[in-house]
Amino acid sequence: MAELKDVVQKVRSKNAGPFWLTIDIFCGDADAYQTVSAHLTTEAVANVFKADPASLKRFDMADLHVVKFSLPRPHVQGSIADRDMHGASWAALVGEMTIGA
Amino acid sequence: MTRVLIPSGALGLNYDKTALERGLEAKPDIIVIDGGSTDSGPAYLGRGMSKYARASTKIEWAGLMKARAKAGVPLVIGTAGTCGADSAVDWMVEITREIAAEQGQSVKLAVLRSSQDAASVADAYQAGRIDALPNAPVIDRDGILACSNIVALAGAEQITEALDTGADIIIAGRTTDTAIIAALPLQRGDHAGGAWHGAKIGECGALCATNPQSGVLMVEFDASGFTIIPLADGAHASPHTVSAHMLYENSDPFILYEPGGHLDVTGATYAALDQTRVRVEGSEWVPSDRYTVKLEGSRPAGFQVVAMALLRDAHYVAHAQDWADDIAAKCCAKVSDRLGIDADAFSIDLRLIGQSASFGDLESRAGAPVEIGALAIVTAATEVRAEEIAKILNPYLLHHPLTQEEEQPTFAFLFSPPEIKRGQTYEFALNHVMTLDKPMDAFRLEVHDIG
Repeated sequence: MAELKDVVQKVRSKNAGPFWLTIDIFCGDADAYQTVSAHLTTEAVANVFKADPASLKRFDMADLHVVKFSLPRPHVQGSIADRDMHGASWAALVGEMTIGA
Repeated sequence: MTRVLIPSGALGLNYDKTALERGLEAKPDIIVIDGGSTDSGPAYLGRGMSKYARASTKIEWAGLMKARAKAGVPLVIGTAGTCGADSAVDWMVEITREIAAEQGQSVKLAVLRSSQDAASVADAYQAGRIDALPNAPVIDRDGILACSNIVALAGAEQITEALDTGADIIIAGRTTDTAIIAALPLQRGDHAGGAWHGAKIGECGALCATNPQSGVLMVEFDASGFTIIPLADGAHASPHTVSAHMLYENSDPFILYEPGGHLDVTGATYAALDQTRVRVEGSEWVPSDRYTVKLEGSRPAGFQVVAMALLRDAHYVAHAQDWADDIAAKCCAKVSDRLGIDADAFSIDLRLIGQSASFGDLESRAGAPVEIGALAIVTAATEVRAEEIAKILNPYLLHHPLTQEEEQPTFAFLFSPPEIKRGQTYEFALNHVMTLDKPMDAFRLEVHDIG
């Protein structure tokens, strides 16, 4: 078992507008992509955010070696409960998920 | 063929002057730059203000006005002043007038306004002409009327209307990031899918290439697609950097909704022409039956006062969460008692910086920090009340002991007074589209001769 961030090139999170968060996992090569695409479940990512798995959109993009998730923001951008205006910190939480090959 | 020169992803981020000069030598048909986004949060739209320094904006815009005069082509800025509300557009117009006078330029200026009258939007809502996008907040008439600013995002049609005035410079209020780039290629009959796709790839300037900080990008649009050409030294586009840009700040990397239809890039092909340029074809534009424009609204969400205490004593660092929870509970009770207000009329939020400030309850790690910053965020309906609550909180932040038995601690305050007024806060209130009979129905166009 390894942490996702040590298996892939980069995990990025950004706002996709004020109401959505999008997470791009750049795997770097075909092997890492296969590992991530096969073993990183949507349920596990949803669980990190305590979100309903059905609320996540998932894109497995073999050409780019990217697995992408989009989900409703944990809190609307800039609302009183929000903790990260630009949504970029959340990538760390995903990068620290364990992934088994 | 239409050549669109994009100096950077946003006015205020600076651009590479040598690369811009290279772009002018390549004979662009238009110079286009974005002026904003919602990405910096609801306060800019709420206040109708720019996030960038006036001096930076003026220096960069002056450079582009000079470039425009030299190239003899239109210069367009979309979402002027970060939020694209009328007040931000007026700020940009004022800066433009100053520069025109200083440079001795006489220019025809078209101003496209995107601000919406809240009562008209509320009427449209009640008439069933406003629809929610995914994960939209619940709205009602009062919630719409409470917005201090509402803008509609103009598409290519409204930019085209502005171009048709023959203006030298177009200052647009809120537009989609892509519309300002796609408008001229579409007007000239270039490939529609290519126009929107190339616009999406180009909207952040050279972010779709290596050396993204260089900013300057040329996009060549034609009958079958588009070509991406980064212009700075050391900047290269590859099929990977270009196609990967569809991921950027996009919830769906294949579909992009715009006024009047959507872009579908599922069938797009990306090919390297050489080390620097990438050719893209096969993107599709799918027109919609209805013409809708997206709305953004921001409304007041209470006043805030913040204060911070630093915890460095190891005992308190180790038990910081218990300490913070105890303060919040005791202080909330005291505030309700002393001010005679209900617990739901205010909030006291203690964020433990160094421990859990980034993710709160979602944090999955625990470490042993050397120190913790306890940031208290007080929110209430009025500034006076928020200040009163923060002052009631002050002795807790300074002296609150974990248990009654221990000696009274004193924590570090950074300032005197420690309370910092954040003023009026705002929240995004709309994630909706409004149906229009005609594209210009929600927008106004003015033409001025200046200089």
